[in-house]
Parts: sequence; structure tokens; C-alpha cells
Amino acid sequence: MTLSNSNSPLARREALNNRVEQLRRMVEIRSIENRIQKLFAEGHVRGSTHLANGQEAVAVGVARSIDPDDVLTCTYRGHGHALALGVTPAGVIGEICGRTIGCAGGLGGSMHLVEPSVGLLPTAAIIGAGLPIACGAAMAARARNNGRVAVSVFGDGSANIGAFHEALNFAAVQKLPVVFVCENNLYGEYSRIELTTPIEDIAIRAQSYAMPGVIVDGQDVDKVAEAMTEAVARARSGGGPSLLEMKTYRYSGHSRSDPATYRPAGELDAWLKRDPIVLFADRLMSEKAIAADGLEQIQSEMNEAIEKVVAEVLDSPPPPLSEMFAHVSAQSPGGDQRFEFWRK
Amino acid sequence: MARIWTRQAVLRALDDAMTDDPTVILMGEDVAAAGGPFKVTEGLLAKHGPQRVIDTPISEMGFLGAAVGAAVCGLKPVVEIMFIEFLGVALDQLTTQAATMRYLSRGKLTTPLVVRASAGAGQGFGCQHSQMLDHWMRGTPGLKLAVTSNARTTYGLLRSAIEDPDPVVVLEPRLLYSEREEYEFDPSYRIPLGKAETVRAGTDATLVTCGAMTRVATEAAANSEASVEVIDLLTLWPWDRKAVLESVARTGRLVTLEEATASAGWGADVASTVATELFGALKAPPHRITLPDAPVPYNGALEARYLPNAAYVAEQVAALISTNKSPAPWWRNVA
Repeated sequence: MTLSNSNSPLARREALNNRVEQLRRMVEIRSIENRIQKLFAEGHVRGSTHLANGQEAVAVGVARSIDPDDVLTCTYRGHGHALALGVTPAGVIGEICGRTIGCAGGLGGSMHLVEPSVGLLPTAAIIGAGLPIACGAAMAARARNNGRVAVSVFGDGSANIGAFHEALNFAAVQKLPVVFVCENNLYGEYSRIELTTPIEDIAIRAQSYAMPGVIVDGQDVDKVAEAMTEAVARARSGGGPSLLEMKTYRYSGHSRSDPATYRPAGELDAWLKRDPIVLFADRLMSEKAIAADGLEQIQSEMNEAIEKVVAEVLDSPPPPLSEMFAHVSAQSPGGDQRFEFWRK
Repeated sequence: MARIWTRQAVLRALDDAMTDDPTVILMGEDVAAAGGPFKVTEGLLAKHGPQRVIDTPISEMGFLGAAVGAAVCGLKPVVEIMFIEFLGVALDQLTTQAATMRYLSRGKLTTPLVVRASAGAGQGFGCQHSQMLDHWMRGTPGLKLAVTSNARTTYGLLRSAIEDPDPVVVLEPRLLYSEREEYEFDPSYRIPLGKAETVRAGTDATLVTCGAMTRVATEAAANSEASVEVIDLLTLWPWDRKAVLESVARTGRLVTLEEATASAGWGADVASTVATELFGALKAPPHRITLPDAPVPYNGALEARYLPNAAYVAEQVAALISTNKSPAPWWRNVA
């Protein structure tokens, strides 16, 4: 088995229509993030990485509910969303290892994954940055009358920065086709939510901006997709923005250097009992879509396939020095060869 | 020829750009229904409609960020930042997001965005509404930065900025909005970004400047006994090294006239470039005329002293030419 059967981001995205493929993608995300930790230890990764293990149902549930023509902005905790939207494993692992085959040519790193062909704008390393940008993408979609919707994915930590409030206000006033997706994983960097936020449910902030605010079980990919589908339909039909709060959990600390020792005893174990991959695999088993050992089989096939990708990445060249000066402005080497993805 | 207010040149450039290109939109506080706080967007709402001339909340981070997203997805937003200081709350969207979009996407995404802002001292607006702040943006890879100096350069630079495929900041010295000059509008007129203009030819020194200081420099040169060449940089980033180096190679002396504090001014880069490239050919050290390292004072007499005027500039240039040494700034005896 090759990874998700295809190397094209668009084909990988279209494959998500299949429920077993959705499970496979969730396993792929988990396995790749685990492998990235190992690549870090092996000295192939620089700087930092921000893992989203435990949050795979949100990424796949969002991706399966929007069109490849729609636009998505996301934070630096974006490996899962990039893979779910269709970025190839080589594109993600290659980028994190700083190689030319990475989705940003090895110039971006873990925090800056991008793939315009499936609507992924460069993931942003600044908390809250993507929310106003999604509003603008929605403005452009409306002005060009191309029926597109913009989605912004961010964490609970982003709900306290001005950009969150300014974007929700602007989207509501302008009635923009945008869906705000808050991944509430209970921690903003190293701090538990009650230390930084006076409310438990971010969704209630939607009331201030006169839009629907929906609390969603972020560990259940079908629940995520159900809420997304409704919000996207509302946005597409001119009904304006929505705020969805995905209740979820990150199994790791904030970044590579954070062992997450601040977590209350038992919290991680309680969330592990509702692991999104196991939940969905059990459902597919009851639907007879996979066999009793289906999940184990997918996991072992996936690990094998990822090792092949890792070998390919480690064999591939780093970007030449000249790439440092390319694509800085229209006058830079590389020229103005933009891919006008809104014209597709 | 008609006598044109600089503010009319802004309005005309925006109007013509919107007429020529249906993807150009305007966004900002009070730009639509109210016609703009400086009346530079008057009538555009009626002519181009509410989908293209958009009143925003007082929320720069939100609407500048929205402009970035709109630019990436196929519009050409022109954002008005009423006073350049208001950019402080939105700087991330410009220098971190817009400026890296092309780089991170390896050329697949661009941000054809224009940020216009009124800037500069001289009108008693106090220290939070009177700065140029070009140093917040100058030197940011991926961003371009221009400064207008009269009605003609306002029209020419704005039209070029709106047509540029990259994010461009255009600083408009507020003092000039109510200045008039003889100028005939030509819808095809453009000033290419990155190109300086020689405003006045001379042989004894090169006075490099931009913005509202251009007319101060021109007046100083006209009143000077020496022959002073005046260059209006027009684009502060990337700036026209060739024009400056060619001129100083001829005159042997560089003076920068900057509406910028001494320690943060763009002239430090110009002076360093000239000193490095023309070391053996210089008759005098590169000399910088700047603002003192102090906030803009409100009191009228203090603000008048704070900004270089033509008499002071002429005196400084004359001292440099006659002694071939850098004269001390006025505040050396005060501070």
C-alpha cells in the first residue's frame, strides 16, 4: 500500500470522501507526528515543532467538509490540517526536515506549511493572525462571486488576542462566508485555560458578534463534520459566519521543549480513553467497513509507508543557497509566477 | 495647467485606479459614507458602490488582516490608515504576514496590497499623531515603502503602488494635503517604485531627501550660494542606490535631510552606502540632517524648531561645503 494511494494533494483530498480513507488519514497524521519526534531526536529537525496528536478528528472532519477550492488559514500547530487537506507526507516531512521536496521548499519549516492547490494558505506562527486573513479571503470570494468559503482554524489561546475579536466583529458586520474553528485543547502554550480565560466555553463569545456559536465533540470526526457541514452551508448561502468550538486535547506539550508536567494527574489518561482514532475505528468496525484487526493493519501499513517517505526525504537535497533570495518580491529570482488559485 | 491640491491627487489616483481595475477596493475608517477624514475619498462611495468602498470598524488589525486575505485571493485592496501610528496595532499583518506570503508559498501566492497612511509633523497633532515611522517598515524583505512629496508624485506613486504585485506602503505627509501646485492630471502617469528623482541639479553637494522635506530641501538649495543638487528618493525601500551614488560621485558631498529621528533615520543607510562605495572620492564626511531623538512636541514654537526648515538646512549645507567637516546639529547646544 502506498500512502493514501496518491501523491497529488488534490487526489489525496478527493480520497477523503471514503470513510476508511478518513480513518487512514487520521492514522497517517498520528504516525507522521510520532515519526517527527523521532526525526528530531535523530538530528534532522531544527527549531521547534508543535504536535497536534489527539486532535486528528478535527483536522479530518474539517477537511472532509469543505471543497478543495475553499480557503483555510491555520496556526503553527498545523501538521494535521495540512495532511488532512491533502499535502503529501513528503511535503510535510520534507518541509520539517528543511528539504527542497518540502511544501515550502524547505524555506518555511514546521510552522509554515502551505499548499494553494487545496486552499491552504501558509500556516502562521503568530497567534490569531489567520482569522482576519480568512475574513479577507471570504471578502474576495464574495466579490468574485465564486461561491467559496473561508475557514480559519485556531486554538483556545487565540480567543484572547485582539485579532480574534476584530475578525469576528468584522465578519459579522460584513456577513462574510467564513467559518471560525476553535480547537479548544485546554492549553494555551504552557497555561491551562482557566489561568488565562474567564470562561470555559469559547463558543459563547459568538453571542457578542451575533453569530451561531456551537460546541462540538472534537474527538468524534463525524460530529466535527456534521457541525462543519452546517456552518459551511450557512456561509455559502449568504447566512454569514459561525464560530465552532471543537472540544479536544493535545497529548503532547506545547512544543518540543515542553514535557507538559503542569497537567493535572489523570487528565491525559481520561482523554486517551476517548482517542479519536480508536473511536472512529470502532464505529467503522460496527459499520462493517473494516475488519476487527483493521486499525492494527492500517497502523502497520502506515508505519511501513512512512519509513519509505522518510528515506526519500533524507535522500533528497537541501535547498541551494540561491533559494534564500528567491520569491521575496516580484523582482526576486523566481519572478512573478503566481498560481492564481481563485481563477481555477 | 490647473492648481491641484495634494489631497485631490490622492482622490484622483484612487478613482482612476478603481475605474481601470474592478478588483481595486478601498477599506478604512470613515472612507466611504464620510468621504474620509482628510477628504481624500470623497464621492468614491457614490461612484463605485459599497462593495468596493468599505467603511471598517476602528479595528486596524482586523481590517488590515482582511485586506491581506483579500489580496491573496484576488482583490487589490487599498487600505487607509488614518494616522501612521494606528498601524502599530496591526503591524503583524503587514510586516509578518503580507511580507512573507510570496516567500513562504515559493511564489504561488502574492499580496497586491497598498497601505496608505497620513504621516509626519508640523500641524500640532502632538507626539502620537505626528511621526513618519518609516523605520517600522523600511528594510522588511517583501515590502516596499514610498513617500509622496507633492500632487504629482502622489498621483504617480499611488498608481504604481496599486499596480504593484507586492505589498506597498505609501506614506503621505499630512502637511501636504492642503498644499497646491500646478499640475495637469494624466491617467497614464506613473512613477516607478524604486526610482529617485533629481529635483534640482547642482555641483557642490547632493542633498538627498523625501516627503515633506523635499520642498524644504528645494527652498534651501534655491537660497544657497553653493550649487546644491536635490534628490527626492520617493521610494525609501528599496531605495535608488544608483541615482544617489552617481550624483555624489559628481558632487563629492552627501547631505541627507530626513524627517526621522537621528538614531533611526533612513539616512544612516544612505550615508553608510555612500561612505563605503565612494570613500576615496568624497570631499567631506557624509552629513545627516535629522530630527532630534525626542518625541514630537505639541507647542508650536517647539515643533517649528523640531522640524528642519530651509534656513537651517541652507546653513548646515553651507557649513559642510566651506569646512568639509560635519557641522553639529542645533540641539547640541540645547540637550
